[in-house]
Amino acid sequence: MNFFFEVLIGGLLAGVMYSLVALGFVLIYKASGVFNFAQGAMVFLAALTFVGLQEKFGLPLWGAFPLTLGVMVLLGIGIERVVLRPLVNQPQITLFMATIGLAFFLEGIAQIVWGTDVRRLDLGLQDEPIESIMTNFNLLVSKFDLAAAFVAGVLVAVLAVFFNKTRIGRALRAVADDHQAALAVGIPLKQIWAIVWSVAGFVALVAGLLWGARNGVQFALTFVALKALPVLILGGFESVLGAIVGGLIVGASEKLAEVYLPALMSEFLLKHYDISINLAGIEGWFAYMLALVFLLVRPEGLFGERHIDRV
Amino acid sequence: MNTPAPTTTASAGTATAALLRVNNIEVIYNHVILVLKGVSLEVSEGSIVALLGANGAGKTTTLKAISNLLQSERGDVTKGSIEYRGTRIDRLNPSELVRRGVVQVMEGRHCFQHLTIEENLLTGAFTRKASRSEIAADLERVYAYFPRLKVRRKSQSGYTSGGEQQMTAVGRALMARPDTILLDEPSMGLAPQVVEEIFAIVRDLNAKERVSFLLAEQNTMVALRYADYGYILENGRVVMEGAAEGLRTNEDVKEFYLGLSAAGRKNFRDAKHYRRRKRWLA
Repeated sequence: MNFFFEVLIGGLLAGVMYSLVALGFVLIYKASGVFNFAQGAMVFLAALTFVGLQEKFGLPLWGAFPLTLGVMVLLGIGIERVVLRPLVNQPQITLFMATIGLAFFLEGIAQIVWGTDVRRLDLGLQDEPIESIMTNFNLLVSKFDLAAAFVAGVLVAVLAVFFNKTRIGRALRAVADDHQAALAVGIPLKQIWAIVWSVAGFVALVAGLLWGARNGVQFALTFVALKALPVLILGGFESVLGAIVGGLIVGASEKLAEVYLPALMSEFLLKHYDISINLAGIEGWFAYMLALVFLLVRPEGLFGERHIDRV
Repeated sequence: MNTPAPTTTASAGTATAALLRVNNIEVIYNHVILVLKGVSLEVSEGSIVALLGANGAGKTTTLKAISNLLQSERGDVTKGSIEYRGTRIDRLNPSELVRRGVVQVMEGRHCFQHLTIEENLLTGAFTRKASRSEIAADLERVYAYFPRLKVRRKSQSGYTSGGEQQMTAVGRALMARPDTILLDEPSMGLAPQVVEEIFAIVRDLNAKERVSFLLAEQNTMVALRYADYGYILENGRVVMEGAAEGLRTNEDVKEFYLGLSAAGRKNFRDAKHYRRRKRWLA
């Protein structure tokens, strides 16, 4: 039983890491109704810029963080100027295509500026078990994971309040529903977009730091965005809360599936069909299967907004 | 202390002067499609002005030219000028315009579907730097005009009826505390009873809040019953204008827009081409 809880907790905490990336998508989706294909590239760019600045100028963590944040905010403003402004009131698919282009651009520019080496990122957090929990409950819980979960929790709380309770947050949701109507009531679309892309840049930076510290800062960081996809499908594209719950479900279920499913399945297959196969590596695809099932049963996700059609 | 009597007469004189003045504007979409070919009109303070005409006559384009929403549709005002309270507003962005008191209620309502009715209304106050209590008071004011919205204020507007959405759209515009509302096709897709209800509220707002309206409508007769003055657009030009009362009883207007003539009801198609060319485009 102890082992089960260990797997479960490990999975939940890993899921929080997915949620962090998913949050960035949710932000952009809520404010422009578009899936931001470049979110992974932004995570990569943020992490790379952070370590790059550290290396080049020998900056401490607290020096590099605001600088990188500045870069991400400038990037957000730049994206609004160059990419989004000419595309106001265009179909969402057009915006989506623009973000694909943006993804390639950001990946390229990041590597031109900072090089393609894999770098280590040290946040001073060790990926080691917490002793008090280990002695009292006999469970292995990673310090690093717990800190990441805490950060994600704070971000989610702040963003949820921001979207639902503030004037700007309301305006963001209004813009996502209808660009032109938002313009007509006097919401300045340009500023709103610059704000939201800057905030998405900030979320990308946080995600980039935590993922970079865990896996090293390298091009593969752009692929964490792929893991955020099933999270979004489960939780719903428009929901901040959905991103976190989706992340927890994906994280926990894929770890549990990885540990328990192969034994159960191969036994079952051997007994009834006389097939013997090796089912290891379920973790790699389980989340996507889960997402597929959700798409069939509840396409808007657990907390997403239902698509409203009037006939 | 030496304010002489003439000043008061002068200000009384400007009260009836044009609040909004559109001078001979030309609008081109995509650099090639000429939609408005010189439209001029005036809205005087505290009045309801109807902009009438068939589909594609240029009513919506005129309103969007004023509210500056054309840019996002690749339209451009290439000639003429638009003045509000004597200053040119052609190059102002929509949010600045809302701040100056001009709000457009778009054709087809355009509520924010996933926001509740109350949230929709609150977005209307975005440009204002008002305190919480002021906003709350304005919310109550809107609910006083549209009691039905208060009952449904927690429902997502995407799930409300067409009439309620139109009310939401007008209420949302009111939250900006405008002096002028550009109201585009409020009767679209609504039952006649609901149309009357909405127009009655428009008249109420006009009388009590001194909000001026520029109203684009296809429903000529209803619009002329509530308006003070009317312009009839055809093919991007103003072909006729006059006091609403006069237009309503005008035989040509009756015939072209209602198919009614002295000889009784007539097919619209039969009348359309020949009479129009003869009288208006010659």
